[in-house]
Amino acid sequence: MQIQLKNISKSFAKNQVLHRVDFTLESGEVHALMGENGAGKSTLMKILTGVYTQDEGHVLIDGKETRFKNVKEVEEKGIAFIHQELNIFPNLTVAENLFLGHEEKIGHTGILKTKQMEQKTEEYLAGLGLSVKASKLAGSLSVGQQQMIEIAKALRLQAQVIIMDEPTAALTDREIQILFSLIEKLKKQGVSFVYISHRMEEIFEVCDKITILRDGQYIATKQVKDTTFDEVVYMMVGRSIGDRYPVRSGHKQSDVFLEVKDLTRRGAFENISFHVKKGEILGVAGLMGAGRTEIMKAIFGYESIHSGEIWINGDRVSIRKPSDAIRYGLGFITEDRKSEGLILDFSIQENMVLPILKQFQSLFVISKQREKSFVHKMIKKLNIKTTNETQQVKSLSGGNQQKVVLAKWLGLMPDCLILDEPTRGVDVGAKKEIYSLMQELADQGVAIIVVSSDLPEVLGISDRIMVISEGKVGGFVDKQDATGEKIMNLATGGK
Amino acid sequence: MTAIRERLGNGWKQLGSMIGLVLIVLIVSALNADFLTINNLLNVLRQVSINALIAFGMTFVILTGGIDLSVGSMLALSSAVVAQLMAKGVSFYPALLIGIVAGAIMGAFNGIMITKGKVAPFIATLATLTIFRGFTLVYTDGSPITGMSNDFSFQLFGKGYMFGIPVPVVTMLVVFLFLLFVLKKTVFGRQTYAIGGNEEASILAGIKVDRIKVIIYSISGALSALAGIILISRLNSADPNAGTSYELDAIAAVVLGGTSLSGGKGSIWGTLIGALIIGVLNNGLNLLNVSPFYQLVVKGFVILLAVLIDRKKS
Repeated sequence: MQIQLKNISKSFAKNQVLHRVDFTLESGEVHALMGENGAGKSTLMKILTGVYTQDEGHVLIDGKETRFKNVKEVEEKGIAFIHQELNIFPNLTVAENLFLGHEEKIGHTGILKTKQMEQKTEEYLAGLGLSVKASKLAGSLSVGQQQMIEIAKALRLQAQVIIMDEPTAALTDREIQILFSLIEKLKKQGVSFVYISHRMEEIFEVCDKITILRDGQYIATKQVKDTTFDEVVYMMVGRSIGDRYPVRSGHKQSDVFLEVKDLTRRGAFENISFHVKKGEILGVAGLMGAGRTEIMKAIFGYESIHSGEIWINGDRVSIRKPSDAIRYGLGFITEDRKSEGLILDFSIQENMVLPILKQFQSLFVISKQREKSFVHKMIKKLNIKTTNETQQVKSLSGGNQQKVVLAKWLGLMPDCLILDEPTRGVDVGAKKEIYSLMQELADQGVAIIVVSSDLPEVLGISDRIMVISEGKVGGFVDKQDATGEKIMNLATGGK
Repeated sequence: MTAIRERLGNGWKQLGSMIGLVLIVLIVSALNADFLTINNLLNVLRQVSINALIAFGMTFVILTGGIDLSVGSMLALSSAVVAQLMAKGVSFYPALLIGIVAGAIMGAFNGIMITKGKVAPFIATLATLTIFRGFTLVYTDGSPITGMSNDFSFQLFGKGYMFGIPVPVVTMLVVFLFLLFVLKKTVFGRQTYAIGGNEEASILAGIKVDRIKVIIYSISGALSALAGIILISRLNSADPNAGTSYELDAIAAVVLGGTSLSGGKGSIWGTLIGALIIGVLNNGLNLLNVSPFYQLVVKGFVILLAVLIDRKKS
């Protein structure tokens, strides 16, 4: 199947988000769609799948003008859209998920042929190289396995085109490799993919072509073999952003700020001991589910521990809840900004001042004036793209949302900032800004802990790397002798 | 841009309930000339004040995403305590204070069950609805307490006038202004909205969510007690069955005022308007001689209609 999007334009109110964009997907190719947040990638895909109607331009499928009215028509045509937030129902079984909306019934009775569907499910999944029991609850599977179920769903409907939005954001390296070999295999059968991702390495590994959008404009389509990282980034951002990771200026580390001794939470992690110095950036690597997030949450008092000690500035402290941690100078940027970092219905301003409201209070009254001036300062400092501070955060792009979360914690002026996957779903330009900010904070003497599943990122920004493997410290690696291989070895326990 | 629309949206929400109120007032006054008299309107306000006070507390609770079903029972128990004290010769102000504290303690118990015990608000307050009612019956032995002293301030509290305005209305308005201030201008108010908007994010931002919730349920208890004391002053007796199903009118007022039951969105202004809608409706239906059985039917449909219109808009 060939898909051609020609001269597509689309505006929302007065805001033009796509200007005469072209995109062609040939059968059996993996085509990356790249651009910063807000470049128009998802709008373009929503026009293809009939969620929005273009103001101008044509959608041609195998040369025929097409306009989908609903998801069902899209599915029938053989196009599947796998969103970044997976449409998996954790409370249903694997088979129930796979057959949702297309259940096999005994005649018209509404009685399900459960056994039969489960058997078929296992066959499908085996074909994808995944062996799980179809009667298991989908919620008990890893994110990678859930992703496979989404793909299986698409294939069950005989999809010829699969659109994937950030498919690897939550996958471990091993799962990514499984996904890639699956893509290769399906490609040979003539299935084509639109691959939306911010991760350059992957795009260069798995894609054939790249189409780049910037601010709603079509910039170029390139064969992957004829282009380079730098060229693609240049086209996306419209300028050269220099090195992807800021060069670490000879940092001066001083005393240990935070030290953790034998921290244990049975079933999640055990005997975790490490320290981080003022002015140091400690990277925390490991596979998804190794317990990194749980350790950070426990240090911050959001999850309980069974045993272990936390020392701050040489004193043993007791942190029972996040407000204690904040009092000791810790800040925590959570992994999931939508459910843990932000109040989506609140404005930028209301979110930013949340942990520091008391600072703006005089005689019980919040001073709107002081609040506003703080927020303006932060919007400027972090280069947040917004019309004004009363904009709801749910309407911001991922990168800008993350900056609001950062601003929220910077206001507290923490002595130690923990960042859990700070650049997930964030575009190249904003990533660089976040790295530079971490660098700047470290230079000011803030101790920084960065949890990241993005291996090049951990290698690029950390002074020292701690690897967590199955709930235990797998080892430490210094910056100068850190390699991806070494870290993966420690992360998988040398297997 | 979205935020501007959202702001307007919030304004519209209140404007919507306001229009509803005006409409009902117009209809009732067109059908019955007695409605739009000063005396009757003051009467409506006085009737509204009890439900409004309870609904104000309920607004805070619902803003955090909770619910308080026990308000009627807290009202009954704390007003019984006040009546008993006064029957034994305690003067009004100390008795009032003790009554309100009793309400706050019951509310705090709800709050602690919900936060420390991690019981869902619906279940926790459903249980205490029964428990507090039971205590009231035990305490009063099932019969009304009468024989309160003729304490002047006590009589004034439910029946008196201040500058021509019924004292309960003055009390309600003072509480209204105070809570309006708390919700709009203080850290506590902002944190209330934050908890309803995203509880996890609030905890992680260092907000002492448990403490705030306990305070909010205590406020609900204290305001129920206050409403109960107005009630016993008006009736000169404390009935152990007083306040039964008051939670429904209070929740209805909050919902009619546009506060979201999932928390995080709403206002105390809306609740005042919502309480007025219910009050005008009750009074109007009485004036129009609608049988009490049909009154219930009409009230229910008005609530349903209001919520349906609200859904359409958003």
